[in-house]
Amino acid sequence: MTTPFYVSPQQAMADRAEYARKGIARGRGLVVLQYADGIVFVAENPSRALHKVSEIYDRIGFAATGKYNEYENLRIGGVRYADLRGYTYDRADVTARGLANVYAQTLGTIFSSAGEKPYEVELIVAEVGDAPEDDQIYRLPHDGSIIDEHGSVAVGGNADQISAYLDQRHEDGMTLGAALRLAVQALGRDGNGGERSLTGDQLEVAVLDRTRPQRRKFKRVLGRRLSELLEPAAGSGGGAGESDGADSDAKGSGSKTSDAKDSAGKTAEGKDSDAKESGSKDGSED
Amino acid sequence: MAANSHDQGRLPAPYLTPGSSSFMDFLSTHAPEQLPGSRPLPSVQGAVQAPHGTTIVAVAFPGGVVLAGDRRATMGNMIAQRDIEKVFPADEYSAVGIAGTAGLAVEMVRLFQLELEHFEKVEGDTLSLEGKANRLSTMIRGNLGMAMQGLAVVPLFAGYDTDRAVGRIFSYDVTGGRSEEYGFAAVGSGSVFARGSLKKLHRADLTEEQAATVAVQALYDAADDDSATGGPDVARRIYPVVAVIAESGYRRLDEDEVTTVARSVLDGRLQLPNGPLAPLV
Repeated sequence: MTTPFYVSPQQAMADRAEYARKGIARGRGLVVLQYADGIVFVAENPSRALHKVSEIYDRIGFAATGKYNEYENLRIGGVRYADLRGYTYDRADVTARGLANVYAQTLGTIFSSAGEKPYEVELIVAEVGDAPEDDQIYRLPHDGSIIDEHGSVAVGGNADQISAYLDQRHEDGMTLGAALRLAVQALGRDGNGGERSLTGDQLEVAVLDRTRPQRRKFKRVLGRRLSELLEPAAGSGGGAGESDGADSDAKGSGSKTSDAKDSAGKTAEGKDSDAKESGSKDGSED
Repeated sequence: MAANSHDQGRLPAPYLTPGSSSFMDFLSTHAPEQLPGSRPLPSVQGAVQAPHGTTIVAVAFPGGVVLAGDRRATMGNMIAQRDIEKVFPADEYSAVGIAGTAGLAVEMVRLFQLELEHFEKVEGDTLSLEGKANRLSTMIRGNLGMAMQGLAVVPLFAGYDTDRAVGRIFSYDVTGGRSEEYGFAAVGSGSVFARGSLKKLHRADLTEEQAATVAVQALYDAADDDSATGGPDVARRIYPVVAVIAESGYRRLDEDEVTTVARSVLDGRLQLPNGPLAPLV
């Protein structure tokens, strides 16, 4: 029988934290910003089928970075939690704070249990309120703590630099276009001070838009709408892109006009508002 | 340290079990007592007195479908509620109208709406219209025990099929049997009279407004001959609920629109109490 080496608890926890942090840092960056009409999620994600950002409930969005199977598992758990709570009580009784708490308990328990490997994920849970002051953004690192964030937050690879960049430049009451362009600039900065320029098809963008008339405020920003927001310099086209209302009200102009790819010629970009997460999937099949 | 994994507050295992996109499946493993069909049946003799909803009609038109319901709920020979709503959106592209025990039906609709939304959020894609119709079938079958005690729920399901670009109607029986209806359909106590009316009024080339008018005419005829179906209540301004599902999604006609349709039907009936005359041959 072999005698195990003694490892101090401090050392054991530090090793686990180090392991989780390294896993998270390998992932691509993800930022969440408040803007005038809500909260925008921007992730660097070339995949059209595997989402980093998704809808949990009417006013609650979810974003994650790290290991896909682990955060996908937590996402589905969150959807089940929210739906069961809303079914048992009322839709108004599902809150981001409650959900963040459950996630924190889950992550914390897994982190400190010796039998399980710590999850290599970092989550963001955000809820859009009736006014910007009521917006809530929670960041949940791998160890089960909760950080209440305001304005802007970055997670994933190179998060420290990205969030420092955002902190200096983010202002309250930005338009969606301005917030999105800032997010893309921030995500394009690498550790050595270099810059890359990210295009629409490398990004996954979604908003929680408090001005949406529907009960469900989550909406993906795809295709032509995304390129309009990214390039305001394109004359009148950019101006039209800034007027959020017209497009978010235009519900479903048919699933045939899916344009998750940058297809400037297509007519209607209302698809994303109704098809929610499906939009991008259709696009990849086009 | 293994005991840590049983900490309270952590999401229990069923929440994190991958595989199912169905909220009903999740309920049946995690909280079966919340699932309508799995409650033990009380042992009572004879029928239970509870409010019943009455007549629902659906009318298809090129590019969509109209679903409408009267506003009356009855309990025996008494009017239990004058302004009940029996037509609900199921999701963006479908709606469900219910006849039968109102309390159970409303719960079934809530669960059905959630089932569709849950699938959409987990999978990132919506169910096909057939898939939605089948889910509803399963739910009605779960209520069979109650139905045998006189607490039946019989819905009418209508939706816009985004793949085929047409409006489609599905009707059900108490055992969950599902059949697709072409053109028009009616359920509930006044459905016999409504169907007779729909037969004479429905045409393949109706516009959206005409389809809404046909639906309100059929409800008027149902209320004319069935005491459990409510007609337009002019004094209280209670008119049928009329919903249109088309390419642009679900839309309930607002008060002004329904008032206009109902008033035009009423005005017509002042001249011809039995409604518009159909040609003989």
